Amino acid sequence: MNVGVIVFPGSNCDHDCQHVFQDVLGQSVQMIWHKETSLKGIDAVILPGGFSYGDYLRTGAIARFSPVMGAVKAFAKDGGAVIGICNGFQILLEAGLLPGAMLRNKSLHFICKDVYVKVENAATAFTEACESGQVLKIPVAHADGNYYTDPVTLAAMQANAQIVLRYCTPEGKVTPEANPNGSLDNIAGIINPEGNVLGMMPHPERCAEEILGNQDGKLIFQSLLKAMKVKV
Amino acid sequence: MSLVITKELIAQHNLTDDEFKKIVEILGREPNLTELGMFSVMWSEHCSYKSSRVHLKKLPTTGPRVIQGPGENAGVVDIGDGLCVVFKMESHNHPSFIEPYQGAATGVGGILRDVFTMGARPIALLDSLRFGGLDTAKNRHIVKGVVAGIAGYGNCMGVPTVGGEVVFNDIYSLNPLVNAFCLGVAQKDKIFLGTAAGVGNPVIYFGSKTGRDGIHGATMASDSFDDQSEKKRPTVQVGDPFQEKLLLEACLELMAGDLLVGIQDMGAAGLTSSSCEMASRAGNGIDLDLTHVPRREPGMTPYELMLSESQERMLMVAKAGKEEECIRICKKWDLDVAVVGKVTGSGILRVLDQGKVVAEIPAKSLADDGPRYERPFSPPGYQDMLTNLNYDALPDVKDANAALLALLESPTIASKRWVYEQYDHMVRTNTMVRPGSDAAVVRIKGTNKAVAMTVDCNSRYCLLNPYEGARLAVAEASRNLACSGAEPIGLTDCLNFGNPERPDIMWQFVMAIEGMKDACEHFKIPIVSGNVSFYNETNGLSIYPTPMLGMVGLIESADKTMTQWFREDGDDIILLGATREDLGGSEYLKVQHSREQGSPPYLNLETEQAVQHCVLQLIRTGLIQSAHDCSDGGFAVALAECCMSGPDQPHGAVVRLTPGRQRNDSMLFGESQSRIVVSAKPAQRQAILDQAQQMGVPATVVGVVGGASLVIYVGGERSTTKTVDLPVATIADRWGLSLERRLSQE
Repeated sequence: MNVGVIVFPGSNCDHDCQHVFQDVLGQSVQMIWHKETSLKGIDAVILPGGFSYGDYLRTGAIARFSPVMGAVKAFAKDGGAVIGICNGFQILLEAGLLPGAMLRNKSLHFICKDVYVKVENAATAFTEACESGQVLKIPVAHADGNYYTDPVTLAAMQANAQIVLRYCTPEGKVTPEANPNGSLDNIAGIINPEGNVLGMMPHPERCAEEILGNQDGKLIFQSLLKAMKVKV
Repeated sequence: MSLVITKELIAQHNLTDDEFKKIVEILGREPNLTELGMFSVMWSEHCSYKSSRVHLKKLPTTGPRVIQGPGENAGVVDIGDGLCVVFKMESHNHPSFIEPYQGAATGVGGILRDVFTMGARPIALLDSLRFGGLDTAKNRHIVKGVVAGIAGYGNCMGVPTVGGEVVFNDIYSLNPLVNAFCLGVAQKDKIFLGTAAGVGNPVIYFGSKTGRDGIHGATMASDSFDDQSEKKRPTVQVGDPFQEKLLLEACLELMAGDLLVGIQDMGAAGLTSSSCEMASRAGNGIDLDLTHVPRREPGMTPYELMLSESQERMLMVAKAGKEEECIRICKKWDLDVAVVGKVTGSGILRVLDQGKVVAEIPAKSLADDGPRYERPFSPPGYQDMLTNLNYDALPDVKDANAALLALLESPTIASKRWVYEQYDHMVRTNTMVRPGSDAAVVRIKGTNKAVAMTVDCNSRYCLLNPYEGARLAVAEASRNLACSGAEPIGLTDCLNFGNPERPDIMWQFVMAIEGMKDACEHFKIPIVSGNVSFYNETNGLSIYPTPMLGMVGLIESADKTMTQWFREDGDDIILLGATREDLGGSEYLKVQHSREQGSPPYLNLETEQAVQHCVLQLIRTGLIQSAHDCSDGGFAVALAECCMSGPDQPHGAVVRLTPGRQRNDSMLFGESQSRIVVSAKPAQRQAILDQAQQMGVPATVVGVVGGASLVIYVGGERSTTKTVDLPVATIADRWGLSLERRLSQE
């Protein structure tokens, strides 16, 4: 599989995503500068974490205007698989590829720690290597991960099983205490109605190797490979 | 614009009459205002090390792994596989008091630039912080501002802040310390230096535009504070981590090509220091034309342009003919870039503006011929009063449970989770040991190796005996690395002291240097970079002498990395090393008896080294499950930390100590050195004891991991008195949430 990792000015998890796909999963990776306008030959797109354009305005608000975003939108519209992680998720929201918006964390602080998320929908291209209801330990690292949307959209997402990952306790209970940032309905990750675009705040690329003590994140990427029928 | 250089003007520039005379001698004439400003920053204590240099020369700086010692932007040490680590620590104390967020943020920015200027990609940051007590709103404001500033800058840069330490003592209320450490990795044969070699080569400015911020920052950092210090806010720079991220990527791209001769960041003293230091190192001169310098606002004078400390700026000397390629790369990263001069053979830094020469100074005189002072030093009259402590007048501990809880809750010992959860400590996916263990460990991708890092200094020990305190700091740093499975390969220092013009402060400094020297020579650890911060004094009150150390260790095989917390119920708990009566200077005396007195703990360097070798051997042979050094709060605190500092559920422990004739408080809370608490499967017990005996290290099985409580019996074999008996949930709560609770007071 040929994975395209988009590099915005200020992206800082681009190398981490490249490392996981290339060195851990043995796929070919192309780093795509934000000024590019074509995604020719790319099988899946990753919008990595970071602080695109410094995030001095609303997170992701400037990155959505980057030239490459036109190509990303077209790619998604054609059914191509897109994953936005952390700042990538925020950019997908700003670009309208996923519904909703991010507020500042409830604590008003940046939070970096392991959290637990429950796989609410294991029948997606990004979770099919997981069991339904499986609890994954994946770290978060963000200041603006407090997901919000209007009640109508939320109800629609719930009805369509678009809420893929929710913050939970280590035992899998979805409680307010397990919610690190105040996110609506404990939302940690969502997909679009078509199921080919995923946005998630936790960083699966940070826990995909034994040497880092946790490989739960690998399941997200393995799901994608499985969905794309790639042999690893 | 001819301006008479008056006595007032000279004094305003913090120059003495003698220093001014020397300037006139060098130039053969009176300087103009721009030149006076340039001399004042370059000859400031901060840039010239005029009070410290004669003593710093005593430190050991060489070793088989050392590629670059002090004198460059950062030190470089070989780690094999064609790679090297590049590291340095630097203070940003003065600005952080005046404006905590920006002061701390730009401190991080500065140390990152020092490292990537050398051609290394930064992979880890650590911070050593000193604050006043948390019962005043002002101190809480400084803590929150500094932590947010470090987070704001480091997180955006995508460089993980993997560790550090925070100590609270009211002596730092008006002089907090912010010392930032950065480590990067580079190819051994791709190190870049700050040199302006090759007459005719173009000098290129890139990065942010130059503004009026931070003018005289270096001079401010070389002065004491008084009640008017807040008015110095305009001398504090404002950081833009996004710009720095672009600068980092642009630099590494520039360095990947065959384009550069030399490169240096514009830190303290900005354009002045970067140009004259690069020229001086190469024995050349530079013609600098300010006309082309990108600027934030019109009407800036040459004086302002040369002294501005606007952040995120770099100066490079390119190979002739490569200008266009350099400019293309800078523009790709949306940076301002301009050719602003060329290298000359004259040895003169000649500054032009709109065709007029506005300054003309021999580069070497500016960079290297600053004054050197052998300042007088003598011990203060109060020194004996500090060390003399009649222990018989202090009652032994009655309620050890209460004493232990009080220690665990004291902000210096309490968990720093509130701090490090605000730092991205995992980005770049190398962090093997996160904040909260003895040392942070990051793997080196593409090899089987890992690097361990720690920052340490017990400044109370240094106050009580600066020589011993500095030796103890080296020993503790090295012990922290050993506990993580690493062998020390190099050291950077950040020497924070009061006013060097006072003989008692100078005495502290000289003694601390001697202590560092002796310990580093014994352990064969080279000091490869560093920084001195004097004048940490407000209204005549100095900080405790704080020679902060950042030590780096190498783990040859990353799978032999060790952490401090207990892993499994049923494991043996073994104490390596011997417990003496070492209550002097302890955190216990401060918390329980409000005394910061006595002699610091006894340290024998040979014993220390034997213990460290022993624990390294035990880790490498896979015999133990955890290793944690005993430091602040002594054995009882170390044991409690072993129980609850791990990422998973806390463990209990049952331990028995047989004190002989020692006081209970010194057994539990004394800070005897050269001690390490290890845990191991019982099946390994004999092998461990044999190994320790062979290496001449005392090793005692003191207890077992398990249960829901931390229980310590102090007394003979059959004693049934539980001197300490606390539910693990209680200690985890008090230790874990103390900082958060104190900081959430309004």
